[in-house]
Amino acid sequence: MNHSTYEFLRQIADSWVLVAMAAVFLVLIAWPFRPGSKPRNSDAANLIFKDENDGE
Amino acid sequence: MDKVVSRAGIWFGILLLALMGSAAAHDRPFAIHMLIVALAAGIGLIVTVKAPDYAALRRGLVRLPDEGRYDDDPIRWGVIATLFWGMAGFLAGLFIALQLAFPWLNVEPYLNFGRVRPLHTSAVIFAFGGNALIATSYYVVQRTCRARLAFPQLARFVFWGYQMFIVLAATGYLLGVTQSKEYAEPEWYTDWWLTVVWLAYLAVFVGTIVKRSEPHIYVANWFYLAFIVTVAMLHVVNNLDMPVSLLGSKSYPLFAGVQGALVQWWYGHNAVGFFLTAGFLAMMYYFVPKQAERPVYSYRLSIIHFWSLIFLYIWAGPHHLHYTALPDWAQTLGMVFSVMLWMPSWGGMINGLMTLNGAWDKVRTDPIIRMMVMALAFYGMSTFEGPMLSIKSVNSLSHYTDWTIGHVHSGALGWNGMITFASMYYLVPRLWGRERLYSLRMVNWHFWLATLGIVFYAASMWVAGITQGLMWREYGPDGYLVNSFAETVAAIHPMYVARAAGGLMYLSGAVIMVINVWATILGKQRAEAPLHAAAFNPEKDRPLVPAPAAAEA
Repeated sequence: MNHSTYEFLRQIADSWVLVAMAAVFLVLIAWPFRPGSKPRNSDAANLIFKDENDGE
Repeated sequence: MDKVVSRAGIWFGILLLALMGSAAAHDRPFAIHMLIVALAAGIGLIVTVKAPDYAALRRGLVRLPDEGRYDDDPIRWGVIATLFWGMAGFLAGLFIALQLAFPWLNVEPYLNFGRVRPLHTSAVIFAFGGNALIATSYYVVQRTCRARLAFPQLARFVFWGYQMFIVLAATGYLLGVTQSKEYAEPEWYTDWWLTVVWLAYLAVFVGTIVKRSEPHIYVANWFYLAFIVTVAMLHVVNNLDMPVSLLGSKSYPLFAGVQGALVQWWYGHNAVGFFLTAGFLAMMYYFVPKQAERPVYSYRLSIIHFWSLIFLYIWAGPHHLHYTALPDWAQTLGMVFSVMLWMPSWGGMINGLMTLNGAWDKVRTDPIIRMMVMALAFYGMSTFEGPMLSIKSVNSLSHYTDWTIGHVHSGALGWNGMITFASMYYLVPRLWGRERLYSLRMVNWHFWLATLGIVFYAASMWVAGITQGLMWREYGPDGYLVNSFAETVAAIHPMYVARAAGGLMYLSGAVIMVINVWATILGKQRAEAPLHAAAFNPEKDRPLVPAPAAAEA
C-alpha cells in the first residue's frame, strides 16, 4: 500500500468514521430510553418466564 | 432410501480421499491426521448404513420432526461433551502446573510443557467452553424464540464437526503441529474445517431466530449472536495463511512482524472478549434470571452493557503489546479502551447481582444460585484487574510474569467455569426429565472446592508475579541486574506448588460434578437432608394446656 493511501485512510478513520461510530453508539445506547419503551423492556425481560415447560 | 445411499456414498468418498491424503502426506503428523479423518468418515459411514429403520423406509414412512417439541438431542450431547472435555482440560492444567513445579514431569517429546500447555488452553477454552456455549445457545435460542431449532441436520453436523476440530487440534499439539500463535495454534486445515463448522453454527442460530414466534429477540441471543459473528471474523482474519502444500501440515501467515503481532492480539484479546465474555454473558442473562425466578434487574442496562462491550472490546487488543515495536499511539489506544471497558463490565456485573434483589436468601439455600453469584463476583474482579493490568506503568511490572496467569485464571476458573457449572446443573434435570439433581449437597461441595481452589490459584500467582516483576527489574549500584533468571524461578517454586494444589481442588470439585450429573442422568436421587429447612420440633407442636389446678381441699 502506498503512503498516501495509508494517510488518506487514517485521516478518514480519525475524523468522520470516528464521529459516525460515536453517533451510532449513542443512538443505540439511547434507544431503550426512548419515551414509551418501559413496558416493552419489561415484557422483554419477562419473556423467558412465558415458557414454563422446559425440555421434554 | 436414496438419501441413505447418497449419504453413504459421500462418507465413502471422504474415507477414500482421507486415505489417499494420508498415503501421499509430506509429513507424519499430516498422515496421522488424515487417518483420524478416515476413521471419523468410517464411523459416519457405519452409522449412516446401520441407523435407519429400513422396515419403515420400505413402507414409505418418513419421520418428520415434531415442531411442537424442542430439539434437545444435540444439547444433551453438548452437556456430556462439556463435562468430558472439562475433565480433560482441567487434568491437563494440573499436569502442566506440576511440570512447572517439578520439571522431571516433562516427558519428551510428546508430553513436554510446550505441547501440553496449548492442549490445556484449547481444551478448557474451546472444548469445555465451546461445547458449553454451543449447547446452551441451542437451549436458550429455542426457549426464548419459542421455536424448534432450525436445520436439525446442520445442528448435528455443528456438534460432531466441532468435536472433530477439537480432536484434530489436540492431537496436533501433541504431535508438534502448531502455528505458534496463542489460542490460534491449529494449522491451516484444522482452521478451514472450523470455519465450515462455524458458518453452519451461524446458519442454525440465525435460522432459529428467523423462525421465532416471539416478536422480541431476548438479549441473551444478542450476546450469542455477537459471539458467533465476531469469532468467525477473528478466526478467519488471524488465520489467513498459505499452506506450503495441500498435503502437509505447515503454513505461513499473510501478516508478518509487528502487523502479525497486532492481528494476533486483536484476535487473542477478542477471543477473551467475545468467546469468554459475550458468550458466557449470554448464559448469565438467561440462566441467572431463570434460576432466581425473577427477571433481570434492568433490561435497559443489559442493552447498554451489550453495545458498550461490542464497541469497546474490539479496540483493547494492543494492551498485549505494551513496550514492543507496536507504535506508541496504538499501545495507548489499547490501554484507554481497556480502562473504559471497566464501566460496562461492572454495569453487567451489577445487573446480574441485582437480579437477586429480594431473593438474596437463595444464596443461602440454593447452591446453584451461590455458584452464579460467585461467577458474577469473579467477573467483576477480573474485569477490574484486567483494565488495571493494561495501564502501561502497571503492565511494565506485570507483563510476562505469573500475575497475568493469575488474572486469566480468576476470569476463567471463577467466571467462565462457575457460570458454566451452574448452567449445567440447571440444564441436566430438565434435559433428562428428572425431578431434581442427584444431590444438592454435592453441588455445595463442588462450589466450595472450586472457590477454595481459585483462591489458592489467584493468591499464589499474585505473589509469584509481583516477585518475578520486582526481581527482574532490580538493578545493583554497579548498574547490572541483581538477579539471574534462574534465581527468579527458584524464588517462586513454593508458589508453583500452591498453584498446583489450587488446581487439584478445582479438579476435585469437577469430579464431584461428573458423579452428580452421571447419577442424575441415571435417574437416581440421593437421600439427603435438605440444605435449608425452617426450624420445626414436632414434640413442641401442641396446644398449651393450662396445668390442672391442684385439687381443692
